[in-house]
Amino acid sequence: MSSPIVKLVAQRIALGILLLLAVSVLIFAGTQILPGDVAQAILGQSATPESLANLREQLGLNQPAYIRYFHWLGGVLTGDLGTAMSSGQDIATSIKERLWNTLFLAFWAAIVAIPLAITLGLIAVRYRNGWVDKLISGVALASTSFPEFFIGYLLVFYFAVENQWFPAISTVYEGMPLGERLQAIALPAAALTLVVLAHMMRMTRAAILNVMQSAYVETAELKGLSAFAVIRKHAFPNAIAPIINVVMLNLAYLVVGVVVVEVIFVYPGMGQYLVDHVTKRDVPVVQAVGLIFAAVYISLNIIADIAAIVANPRLRHPK
Amino acid sequence: MTNELDYLSRRVAAGKLSRRDFLGRAAALGISAPFANSLLSSAARAAGPVKGGILKAGLVGGESTNSLDPALMMTQVPFAFGKCWGEMIVELSPEGKLENRIAEEIGSSDDAKVWTLKIRDGVEFHNGKTVTAEDVAATLERHSDEKSKSGALGYMKGIDTIKASGKEVVLTLKEPNADLPYLLSDYHLIVQPNGGKDKPDAGIGAGPYKVKVNEPGVRHVGERFANYWQGDKMGHADQVEVVVINDATARTAALQGGQVNMINRVEPKIVDLIKRVKGVTIRNHSGPGHYVFIMHCNTAPFDNNDLRMALKLAINREEMLNKVLRGYGSLGNDFPINASYPLFTEIEQRKYDPDKAKFHYKKSGHDGSILLRTSDVAFPGAVDAAQLYQQSAAKAGIKLEIKREPGDGYWNEVWNKQPFCASYWGGRSTQDQMYSTAYLSSADWNDTRFKRPDFDKMVLAARAELDEAKRKAMYHDMAVMVRDEGGLILPMFNQFIDATGPKVAGWVEDPHQELCNGYALAKCWLEA
Repeated sequence: MSSPIVKLVAQRIALGILLLLAVSVLIFAGTQILPGDVAQAILGQSATPESLANLREQLGLNQPAYIRYFHWLGGVLTGDLGTAMSSGQDIATSIKERLWNTLFLAFWAAIVAIPLAITLGLIAVRYRNGWVDKLISGVALASTSFPEFFIGYLLVFYFAVENQWFPAISTVYEGMPLGERLQAIALPAAALTLVVLAHMMRMTRAAILNVMQSAYVETAELKGLSAFAVIRKHAFPNAIAPIINVVMLNLAYLVVGVVVVEVIFVYPGMGQYLVDHVTKRDVPVVQAVGLIFAAVYISLNIIADIAAIVANPRLRHPK
Repeated sequence: MTNELDYLSRRVAAGKLSRRDFLGRAAALGISAPFANSLLSSAARAAGPVKGGILKAGLVGGESTNSLDPALMMTQVPFAFGKCWGEMIVELSPEGKLENRIAEEIGSSDDAKVWTLKIRDGVEFHNGKTVTAEDVAATLERHSDEKSKSGALGYMKGIDTIKASGKEVVLTLKEPNADLPYLLSDYHLIVQPNGGKDKPDAGIGAGPYKVKVNEPGVRHVGERFANYWQGDKMGHADQVEVVVINDATARTAALQGGQVNMINRVEPKIVDLIKRVKGVTIRNHSGPGHYVFIMHCNTAPFDNNDLRMALKLAINREEMLNKVLRGYGSLGNDFPINASYPLFTEIEQRKYDPDKAKFHYKKSGHDGSILLRTSDVAFPGAVDAAQLYQQSAAKAGIKLEIKREPGDGYWNEVWNKQPFCASYWGGRSTQDQMYSTAYLSSADWNDTRFKRPDFDKMVLAARAELDEAKRKAMYHDMAVMVRDEGGLILPMFNQFIDATGPKVAGWVEDPHQELCNGYALAKCWLEA
């Protein structure tokens, strides 16, 4: 039984790596298409033909694009993302902390959001079409429908300005005690939770309801199990695959889609870092961040795939 | 009455009477709130600064791409933090006079060509070394070098040789310049050990605070430097912190929530709301910054002075000041100088005059619409301002076509490239600097393409003139020339609008830059 799983998982991972390589080509090509080159961007207004030529030589911009691509890829694979043009700092070092911050925020938002969404989904199924179900769906959908900046500002207004329970800005730094750090990220984590909640909750509800139509659920009901026990023991395990999928998609969103929330709460994460460097046309940084975002997205999707395979015997033993 | 007020203000300074009660009493005595506030701050200063505590500023204008290299400072956060850790050769006092810092004395030859800086004894860098004439000379050398990419390079090019001998630095200029000491007050010229040639972004200076944390785009922390040479005047808080908050709403919320003690760039449209928040004080002050519409004098149709004059007369300055700046500014008069510059003279205010505009427009013989480019980034409210301009010009029979350009790339693609667009200037510390930066024929940033050999001669002559009265007259003539013949439409000068939270004392009104010319963190303290 184990060997087909291993084979499938290996296949998925290989596909993922291939995809990532394709993405890296796209990112590299995309930044080459942009008007002007790095040398022009560095020198800006003060560019003279001689200084441009010198700098191009120095940066190796005179080599053909494919050589530069492999040069860059080789650097990335050995953990060398290059140096930022605008500040001259090592990209890998500055990204490390930013990435850690983003993951920290995503982690805590997920810790709250995922159990909450699934529990609410289960409750909604239990009381389906009743007022509890409608209330849960209504509130969750409403919070998702508002733009994130609106939710962010509302939270700031009530919990930071009016009541001063939490700080309005989420500046975190190295060496900050965990308690303070958690207090600092409370509001952005809440905003993110509200944004991703409905999607996961509705998917849980739909997936389980789908299973609830099956004969074995009816059997379980007939043998006298309580409604929650039916859902927990029989319906939920069979509905797990689509739920994992949607959870992973939302996890990916928590990492790569937080730009707006980071800006509102002044959180020093990857989104803010990316925005700063895009406006400065700092191509090496944009490439590096783009690649990291792609890697996160792809690996979370692989995990979702693998989990779905493991959870579903039909996918595990394909005909 | 004044005795009573004095007494009351001292009670507030001593913490025995609340600010609110004081203002109430003052109102009862028939004293206006601004005057009462100024009484309070002078009383607080008289009571003496309180040492200790952490002072935090939440500022717009910081990015993760910032560096501690003073040569590369461009935006507000590095500027304000630079004033915390760096010490200048010479600085502009809030009254517009020169204040000697590391230079104890500045003298010049009679022709203003050779300048001698005498270096003060006993000023210490954060690394324990004493500031020497060699360090000052090396600093100036580094900023004169193209490779440093210094923001001060433009002025530094005018220095021919820099020599350190003993306690003196001798500068020989290529051309005479009576304004040299003012140029040396440029905020990029922070004195560094060996001029920062070894490691430009080391963050070691001789200012009141040592750099403790430097996280570009996030926060910067300074710790009081015990050996600061004038510790009685600056460096009152134990620790200062700059938190980068680029979002205007978040900045205001942070001030209201008490996470920071001061913020910069309060938007004019929300000032009146912020004013009502308990404990918050708005600190607005006019400076040399101005919002402009610029025409290229050498590009058709703007190469015709009648057309330029028509456009200058077709703008309703008062309306724009009230609607775009909500009154937080002053009227412009089509030359880039106002009362915040030394040697300023008043010139008759140009008014909105559709009839006269119509007359000049007819005389110019131009027909058809004129394209005006604008963008959100040109200045806050630039899109609205362009629309107001369109309406006021329409009444004079001039058809303006507004094109809204994307903010990204505006400064590369539109400003200084397209013949008619909206823009802003932060201003400079002297008239010579302002005119040299943007109105000399040879200036890179001559964004109105005002190329007049006779004007260039006047700039150079005024620069070399040591007699103040004569210089003042020269600057008057230059202003009239720019106003009546240039390509600058200057509807308004903007104010700096900062805000402070409860208990912040020691604020000094300074017309040169926002946040007390960047010194707010170093000069203010928290009342007990």
